[in-house]
This record gives sequence, structure tokens and C-alpha cells, in this order.
Amino acid sequence: MSRPDTLAWLAGHELRLGWRDWVALMTAGHRNRARTVAIALIVFAAFMHVFAYWIVAGYADANVASDTAMLVGVTGTLMLSWSLLLSQAMESVTRAFYTRSDLDLILTSPVSVRKVFAVRMSRIAGASVMVAVLLAAPFINVLAMRGGSRWLGAFGVVAAMGAVATAAALALTIALFRLVGAKRTRLIAQIVAAVIGAAFVIGLQIAAIFSSGSISRFAALQSDWMLAHAPDTGSAFWWPAHAVLGDPRALVAVVALGFAVLGIAIAVFSGRFGDHALAAAGVSNTVVRQRRWSRFFRRRSASRVLRQKEWTLLGRDPWLISQTLMQILYLLPPALLLWVTFRNGAGSYVVLIPVVVMAAGQLAGGLAWLSISGEDAPDLVASAPIAAGRILQAKIEAVIGMIALVFAPIVAVLAFDSLFAALVAALGILTAAASATLIQICFRTQAKRSQFRRRQTSSRIATFAEAFSSIAWAATSALAAAGTWIALGPALIAIGILAGVRMISPRA
Amino acid sequence: MHAPAPALDLSQAKRPIALAVRGLAKRFDRPAVDALDLTVYGGEFYALVGPNGAGKTTTLRMVAGLLRPDAGSIAIDGIDALADPVAAKQITAWLSDEPMIYDKLTPFEYLEFVAGLWRIEAQPAEARARELIDWLGLEPHAHERCEGFSRGMRQKVALAGALVHDPKLIILDEPLTGLDAGSARVVKNVLRQRVAAGGTVIMTTHILEVAERMADRIGVIASGRLIAEGTLEELHRQTGKTAASLEDTFLTLIAEPVAQPVAAA
Repeated sequence: MSRPDTLAWLAGHELRLGWRDWVALMTAGHRNRARTVAIALIVFAAFMHVFAYWIVAGYADANVASDTAMLVGVTGTLMLSWSLLLSQAMESVTRAFYTRSDLDLILTSPVSVRKVFAVRMSRIAGASVMVAVLLAAPFINVLAMRGGSRWLGAFGVVAAMGAVATAAALALTIALFRLVGAKRTRLIAQIVAAVIGAAFVIGLQIAAIFSSGSISRFAALQSDWMLAHAPDTGSAFWWPAHAVLGDPRALVAVVALGFAVLGIAIAVFSGRFGDHALAAAGVSNTVVRQRRWSRFFRRRSASRVLRQKEWTLLGRDPWLISQTLMQILYLLPPALLLWVTFRNGAGSYVVLIPVVVMAAGQLAGGLAWLSISGEDAPDLVASAPIAAGRILQAKIEAVIGMIALVFAPIVAVLAFDSLFAALVAALGILTAAASATLIQICFRTQAKRSQFRRRQTSSRIATFAEAFSSIAWAATSALAAAGTWIALGPALIAIGILAGVRMISPRA
Repeated sequence: MHAPAPALDLSQAKRPIALAVRGLAKRFDRPAVDALDLTVYGGEFYALVGPNGAGKTTTLRMVAGLLRPDAGSIAIDGIDALADPVAAKQITAWLSDEPMIYDKLTPFEYLEFVAGLWRIEAQPAEARARELIDWLGLEPHAHERCEGFSRGMRQKVALAGALVHDPKLIILDEPLTGLDAGSARVVKNVLRQRVAAGGTVIMTTHILEVAERMADRIGVIASGRLIAEGTLEELHRQTGKTAASLEDTFLTLIAEPVAQPVAAA
């Protein structure tokens, strides 16, 4: 066992905490689920390998001396993944600042603060690298199996990307602290993280819509304009792509550079981390005076009071808004496609409808969790003289109301092009939202709203059911908009999912 | 073994019953509440004391309609709380040790929300809310979001919420936990005034001095059963320690094996 107060001892402590945190995340706190989780992970890994085979098997023979189109494709994919890694790393860094947990103990102990935070930053980097490697593993494994071991170098590139993403997240968050202060950093960092995570995908989709009328991000990457303006194939810009394609010199350079950047970031920022963590600790005591407030009580029914409360709480919590912002941001490309379609009269709404329906299902799932499970005063509401059914009804109405507010403009624009398509889209949105809400009702639990980020861990069945029902209703809506009776197929699947959920629900 | 509780005197028996619990039972892994009988009279301050895990909170949660009992009956002001929970809740307030408020609402908005849930007319509810805000010293913070409030202030907001609909029965679970002396005194004064105005308060507490000073009667609960009940003097007599403090009496009572539960009034 290493001596206390050394880097190795602190790293051991962080590793132990990290491991227990991960196990709790996977098993939702039920240690007896470990075996089930292990089996589920194996099945998931197998499924991901099949999925990866379908996506990348055809690229396994790509050689090192690739042409510009290949380099643009690989680099674009890497940048796409990196933006998501950066988004996740920013989340982790912000959380490290604002989660109190053991910070009081650490900051009052005689251990070097610099040393503690250097280890903590390394832990964040380690987690980012591990997530990146695990997500990329099925794709790299398939490429290595089909195209040889040279593809294994991609693991090094992915790890270096995770390291650079963490370094960039540290730099960005510290810069935000200096620029806007501890009070606003949390909110802005969360929004920036959400925007970064979505911006690259959305940007490519928008470019593709304008260049080819397609929503595929790869269409933009392979466009003539992009290929004409790309740097020369010998440029250092392509090193990561070369490294992925099996160039050992590029691999060494990318890995060395990636971890050097991380090392420098940790060395530079670990000293300031403690000061900023202290500043963040003072934020919870900040007074927020409500600018606009009602001077008088208004006469409202209990249901309306409940609905209004849900909307007010959501509207006043920018952190929760930023968490749901991702889903709404993804609506921008389809909305743009709709606008382009409407302008050109091309009628390609069949592509748009499933995207919108899917987004509605996902958004409703999040909102339903907040409204139904994330009730911060459950005893107050339960001890009120209102029937439990009416409380639930009011909360469902609050969710559906918010969904209507977000999606009504899209349906309205769609109605100008085709009333039938608008009707199908509206029905699809309502059905997907209602299904996601029903799933949340079946698996409702008692939690704090601040636990929103971890809502998936309380029930993985609910998470998967929510995703699959949204997909099924999206397919139903797309096929219905195309005017085919095959739409009944995915509709029956969605109904089957909901029936299954009701059967296995702990509330059944 | 301690002596059984003395019979109630006639004057007490004539008082209206605010809460009547009969044969109440709740089982989790083991029995939490076991055939509990409890009577609290109108205008009375009743303290329920007992060791950790005795079943105090479970009992009060069932009375407040937050937990369904396995057996037994609960009547609040003559209303069967299990058959007609909405009517029973209309005249009841529940306050736990953890203040149930919304960080993003101001005290004024919180009270408007609670008044709306209890379907109180806007005008009288607002007047009452302003009175409570003033009374509890929340006026300077009435339009600040609760997220920056100290524990004491949060508990005051929650207490205002419990009182805004003018309940006949207030049920409090460890309401003084974590409060500083000033906040605790405010809460105690409010509860005293409530009882003086004819309201009924039933409260669990670990602070025996509070029970000793504030309660008209004290119930001692252990292993889910009411093992002793009465005024301070009556409890002393039961243990034969007439000059002892409530703490001594309490420790003597819970040290003895649970035998005969106290008969219902």
C-alpha cells in the first residue's frame, strides 16, 4: 500500500471511488444486479459489433496512402466523435467543480490541493478516454478482424482524442470561470457542452441540406466544395486520419501530442482548480430575487396550479433546459429541411416526420421524468386533498402542453405543404409523447430533479422501452405519411412494447 | 414492568376527538407499527416520543395519508381517512424534518401553490400568507427564490405552507431537527399559538425537553406499540420516578420489555 499524501495513494483513492461510482451507475445501486448487468453488457457488446460490422466492414481494406475523400471522411468522423467527447468532458469538469461531496474534507485537509486536483483531473481524463475507447472498440475490432491488426492503432488515436477533449474542457471551463464568474459558469458550461455536442452534427446536416437537399452529414463531407478546399494529403492536419488508417509514425505523433496536451493542461490548471471549487461552493448561498412576481394570489384550480408549477420550475432552471436543449437542437436540421422543402415544393416531409416524432418521444420522456419522478416535494403534493389520479393527470397535461408548444410550429409549417402530412405528424408526436409518458409512469420512482442526468440508471428497461417505442412510432408515422398500410406493422410493435412495459412494471 | 396508564378523567373524555387511530398496523421487513391505538383531542398538543425505528414516523405518515396501513382505522375529526382521504387531507397539514419546498419558487409563490392545492379562495389565502410571512420573519425574503435559503428559513417556509390553509390537525415529524435556537423558538411559538387558537398538533421529537415543555400529553412508542401515554406527571407515576426528568422516565420506559400496550381512550 502506498504512503498517504502521495500521488499514487490519491490516485488509488480516486480509482476506488470511480469504480464504485461506475458499478452504482450500472446496477442502479443494487449490488445483486451485477450478474444481470454483466450479461446485459456482453449482449450489448455483441449487438454493437454486429452494428459496427454493418457500418464499417466495407472500409476495412482502405490503405494508408489514402486519397483526400477518404481522409476527409475519416477526419470528419473523428471530429464528430471528438465534439461529443468534449461535450461529455465539459459536463464532468463542471460537475467536479460544483459537486460538494468530499470537497470540504479535501480542502480542509493538509494535503496539497494542487496534488489532489491533478489526480482528480487525471480521473476525469481517464474516464473520458475509457468511454471513448469503449464506444469505438466495436468499430475498431471489426476493422481489425476484416482488415488486419494495423487498425488497432485507432485505439491510440481515440485515447489521444479523449485526452485532448479533457484538456480542452479544462481550459474552456477555467476560462469561463475567469470570464463570467462561478455563479454563471455552471449554466453556461452546460449550455456550451450541449451546443458543442450537437453543433458539429447539426452544422454538417445544415450544409448537406443546402448542398444536396439531403439530411445526411456525410453528403457534406464528400461534397466537391469540401474536397476542393481540403488541405494537401501530406498535411499534419491529416495525422489522426493517417494514424487510424495504420501509419505508425502518425500514430506515435498523435498519441504523444494528445497526452502532452493533457499533461500541460493538468500542470497549468490544477493549482487554480481549488480556488474555483471554493468559488463554486459559495454559489449555493447566492440570493436570487425573482424579478417578475405576482403581487396577488390568483384563483386557479388545483390541476392548473400543478401544471403551472411544473412549467415555472422548468422555465426557471436553465440547467434542466440545457439538458433538454440537446434534443431540441437536433430539431433544427429537420426544421430547416422542412423550410427548404416547402420553398422548393419538393414534398420530402416523409424524411422529416420520423425525426420530429422521435424527438418528441425523447423530449416527452425527459419532461415526464422531471414532472412525475423528479418531484421535489412529493409529500406535500401527496398530502394535499386531491385524488392521486388528478395529480397524475395534471402532470401529464403539463408534459403534453410543453410538447405541443415545442412542436406546434413545425406541424403548422408542415400543414402549409400538406394537411395530411401535418395530421400524421401531429398524431405521431402525440402518440410518441404519450407512450414515453406512460413508460415513465409505469417506472416512476422518487428522485430529486437535480438527479435528472442519471435518470436512465433507475430503470434501464424504461430507457430502452422509451427509445424503442419512439423509434416504432417514428417508423409508423413515416410509413403512414407515405400512405402505406405497412405502417400498422411498427404501430403494433410500439403497442406491444407498451403492453410489455405495463406487464413488467413495478406498479402493475 | 410499569403500571398501565390511568383512565382518562371525565373532562378529557368529553373533549372532541381530533385523531382516533385504532389497531393500526404496517409491516415492511418486520412490523413497523403493530396494532397501535392512539387518541388525540381537539386543541391538544401531543408529542410522540420513542427510540429510533420505533414506528413514530411510519405512524404519522399513515395518518397524513402518505402511507397505506396494512390494518386498522384512522379518523380525523370524525372523517374516516382511509375511506375518504381527500376530505381528511383538507383539514390536515404535514410537515417533515426535511422541508418540502421548491428551490425555484419564492416563499410567496410557494404559499400560492399550497393554497391552490388546498383549494383555498385566493383573497383569504393571500391575507393569511402575508400574515404568516410577516409572523415568521420571512418578509425581506418573500420574493427571493428558496434555493439560497438556510435550513431554518426553509423550515419556516414549509411551516408557513402547512399553516396557510388553516388546518385543524397539524402533523409534524421532527420539525426542530437542525434548526438554530432562534428558528426553533419561532416554530415552537407558532405551534403554541396554533394550539391556543384551538388547533391540534401531533409531533414526533427526539428532543425530550421540547416534549416536556410543550406537550399536553406524551405518547411513548416502542417496537410499533404505544407503551405509555399521559401527562408528564402521569408518566412519572407509571415508572415510579416522581422527581425524575422526562429523559429518565423515557429511558426507564423503553428499557422495559414491551408488554401491554396502552388501551385506547
